[in-house]
Amino acid sequence: MPAEKPKSFQSLILTLHDYWSAQGCVILQPHDIEVGAGTLHPATVLRALGPKPWNAAYVQPSRRPGDGRYGENPNRLQHYYQYQVILKPNPPNMQDLYLGSLEAIGLDLRTHDIRFVEDDWENPTVGAWGLGWEVWCDGMEVSQYTYFQQVGGLDVSPVAGELTYGLERLAMYVFGVDNVYDLPFNDPDAPLGHLTYGDVFLENERQHSEANFHGYDVAVLKRQFEDMEQQVPLMLARDYQGKSLVLPAYDMVLKASHLFNLMNARGAIAVAERASYIGRIRDLCKLCASAWVEQQEAA
Amino acid sequence: MPQLLLELFSEEIPARMQAGAARDLERMAREHLAAAGFLPEALKTFAGPRRLTLVAEGLPIAQADRKEELKGPRVGAPPQAMEGFLRKAGLTQDQLVERDGVYMAFIDKKGRPTAQIVAEMVEAIVRAFPWPKSMTWGTSKLRWVRPLKRILCVLDREVVPFAIEGVESGDVTEGHRFMRVGRGWGGQPFKARDFDEYQKGLIDHFVVLDVEERKARILEGCKTLCFARNLELVEDQGLLEEVAGLAEWPTPVLGDMDPAFLDLPGEVIRTSMRTHQKYFAVRKPDGEGLAPHFITIANVQAADGGKVIAEGNAKVLSSRLSDARFFWDEDVKVGFAPWLDKLDGVTFHAKLGTMAERVDRITILAREIAEILQAQGLDIDLDKAQQAARLAKADLASQMVGEFPELQGLMGGYYARAVEMDLDIAAAIRDHYKPQGPADAVPTAPLSATVALADKLDTLVSFFAIDEKPTGSKDPYALRRAALGIIRIILDNGLRISIISLARKVVYELEGQDFLRGLNKDAQGYDKLLEAGVARDTVQRLSDDQMTILMDRVSQRWDTLKLDEAIGAFFEDRLKVTLKDQGKRHDLVDAVFALGDDDLVRIVARVEALDGFLKTDDGKNLLAGYKRASNILKAEEKKGWKAEGERGLLDDASGPEVQLHDALRLVEPALAAALAREDFTAAMQELAGLRGPVDAFLDGVFVNSEVAAERDNRLKTLAAVRDAMGRVADFGLVAG
Repeated sequence: MPAEKPKSFQSLILTLHDYWSAQGCVILQPHDIEVGAGTLHPATVLRALGPKPWNAAYVQPSRRPGDGRYGENPNRLQHYYQYQVILKPNPPNMQDLYLGSLEAIGLDLRTHDIRFVEDDWENPTVGAWGLGWEVWCDGMEVSQYTYFQQVGGLDVSPVAGELTYGLERLAMYVFGVDNVYDLPFNDPDAPLGHLTYGDVFLENERQHSEANFHGYDVAVLKRQFEDMEQQVPLMLARDYQGKSLVLPAYDMVLKASHLFNLMNARGAIAVAERASYIGRIRDLCKLCASAWVEQQEAA
Repeated sequence: MPQLLLELFSEEIPARMQAGAARDLERMAREHLAAAGFLPEALKTFAGPRRLTLVAEGLPIAQADRKEELKGPRVGAPPQAMEGFLRKAGLTQDQLVERDGVYMAFIDKKGRPTAQIVAEMVEAIVRAFPWPKSMTWGTSKLRWVRPLKRILCVLDREVVPFAIEGVESGDVTEGHRFMRVGRGWGGQPFKARDFDEYQKGLIDHFVVLDVEERKARILEGCKTLCFARNLELVEDQGLLEEVAGLAEWPTPVLGDMDPAFLDLPGEVIRTSMRTHQKYFAVRKPDGEGLAPHFITIANVQAADGGKVIAEGNAKVLSSRLSDARFFWDEDVKVGFAPWLDKLDGVTFHAKLGTMAERVDRITILAREIAEILQAQGLDIDLDKAQQAARLAKADLASQMVGEFPELQGLMGGYYARAVEMDLDIAAAIRDHYKPQGPADAVPTAPLSATVALADKLDTLVSFFAIDEKPTGSKDPYALRRAALGIIRIILDNGLRISIISLARKVVYELEGQDFLRGLNKDAQGYDKLLEAGVARDTVQRLSDDQMTILMDRVSQRWDTLKLDEAIGAFFEDRLKVTLKDQGKRHDLVDAVFALGDDDLVRIVARVEALDGFLKTDDGKNLLAGYKRASNILKAEEKKGWKAEGERGLLDDASGPEVQLHDALRLVEPALAAALAREDFTAAMQELAGLRGPVDAFLDGVFVNSEVAAERDNRLKTLAAVRDAMGRVADFGLVAG
């Protein structure tokens, strides 16, 4: 496939959109709540569950408050982008489809060394696990490839295949850039002017790093966490046209999860407390997952 | 004779599971074939990144016809029994034959075609395959390690037709995932109807089937690359096994590393290369440290000779090593004191408290051991021992060890030197995990040996004290390794230590900590106690009443779990393993351990002397004499005889009786003297002096005399022989 190699961060995203759109995925936009990973978008966590087929691709901004480095580390960001593909049931040729997407963004599969290296993925906060691989390109992890076995503590049947591309890292590799802030955000030859990733995001990284590590008021975060935690079962208990409000309830789980990450970055959670917080979020997530599956199976 | 070829082709199988899968496939196939009455002339299995393969030679085309003999009910049995039997056998009563009052059925069983049996076998194997972790995919109900894509199954060049959950058998497989003849990429399917075609097809399609060949190819490729650059490969068997499971067409590629990273410790560079990137390290041939290169094992032979691959990998390595450099710099800046604070928040084990508490115990124990060794004349500084133990675990909180747990200890040593700590202390921190296995060296510096002993004793005794002993193959806390380590440190350094009294000390500290945790709820804080510095004794601040309670608890835990027996027996078993490797008989270890000693140096000296003695004529004969004497005594003791009063020499005693009496009088004090100076060879020689008199006595004296006084005195004489020998070892436990 003699694809035109993308020239910028955004054209890499557009190329992936084109590619997965052509395979039959719905191209979604990011979920509008802070999440730690693309997996947490309801288009993955909830849609992976239940019997209905679902094929979607989207970009998800992901927040990892503890990874902020005030814009001083060339590889680490507290806010970055994941490209997420979810295919349910996973098609038999999913590996080839995935490799095709690498080719589409300009990687020659006979010049590079692509490897599928064992990696058993799990996300304890959403009670999810699956088997698959880290995909390496010349020794660098460029994607996570997972066959979901359980989400929210429930078996995933049919099995959904999930692909997560770390977009900045992949782009740095494709464009041969050593510092994330030097990535061309749009085409370097764009008539209206060229911006780098740093032009767009460096200040965000600085301010958010400071807020994550020192700015947020722990007592407020804790209160908000507890508020969200209390709201979830109430929302699930509420009946609207014979269904509980699982989608809004799940949004609150996401908020709680992000608040937990903020508290963690503030160093406000002792090692011993950590497991208990994660358990609380997982329990909420399980409630949503069960309610969702019930609705899906009834429909 | 027909050949069976089976290939189960899937998506990438985890490297660590491949060797086990090849073994399981072979075992299961052999079992199934044997159950069908087949004994293949040869059967071999292979495992690789995407395929499990089996080839079996010399199968018949069908099972032989068999006559089956079934025993039915007795003649005259109730009709229900007969009906049931006929139903089971599928016969009518007139087809049965009566033999010895029992109805017999003789059934001709037609042998089934091998293909049919193979089809059933493959399905059974696939459905029951013991993958460590398996999964389902798509809408399939099948479980396999990763999605199963194809099954190639041919018998005698014919496809064995079957399907498992929609995966149909055939004679087609495919080659390398990327490499192919001509342009483009992707696995090319090809047909194979026997093993020769299969092997040739794989090579033509860039797949090396046999893991041994893949390993050889990797090593050879690495060495060629090294030779060209005048470098030497740092061999790594574990890594070789792993990378051989990651590539079907393994192709070593040499890349460059920024030489500026060479100021990092070599272990850090190698660990980063190995664990994160699966690279081999290389060194200069003069053996002076690593060279600024690495070798990655690619899966493709790239048209550009691997240039792009080498550059890409070099970049990844740079960022990995930048991380390592960052960890190093941060760690050196932070230093030991904050790490110790952090250990407070690290749970070691739910029942054994935090890592900080463990460090407290090790510190106290190390000082105790140092005192014992100092008293024996070893050159050891007590404060240094205490300080080294206090700092030994600190690096667990460092960033580098957080990233590379296998560098624990080693990094502590480096950081200690980086902050110009005392060199003996730095060495003790570095070496206190040693020996980590049979091939690992034992620390010999007194300080290092002391901390290493304290660390291992604390681990072992703590887990025994919460009744977490190893059982069977389960040893989750590696207590056997800890015990072997203790044994080797003690023996190699000739340290004179009572294991049981140190063990009691550990239990005392454990209970003490537990007690203080209870007090913490009151005004008197545990933290405050610790803040006051290393307590010579954690619990010395307790009141007399509290002390009484504490000591009761220690005794209770000790007695309930019978710790002296449990720990003693554990060391006895481990010592047997150690000595067995040196060719010593395990019954001699039993014979010496029976004396209740726990000084391993003395125990081994006794075992060695005993071993030497039993190889002499005197030894062998005296052992025989001992057994005779002890049998006589046992029989009499059963009847109620007991040695009471002094042994004497009756007036009418003569010959052998007098001889033995005299010999005992000579031997007893000399034996005591030899034992007192722990000269066990001399002790054995003294015992040898009893051999002649004992033999003569047993042959020439009638023990069970009718004269009661005579009988009693003769028994006392034998008992004296048994007692004398019993001071050296329990000869009753010696075989032969």
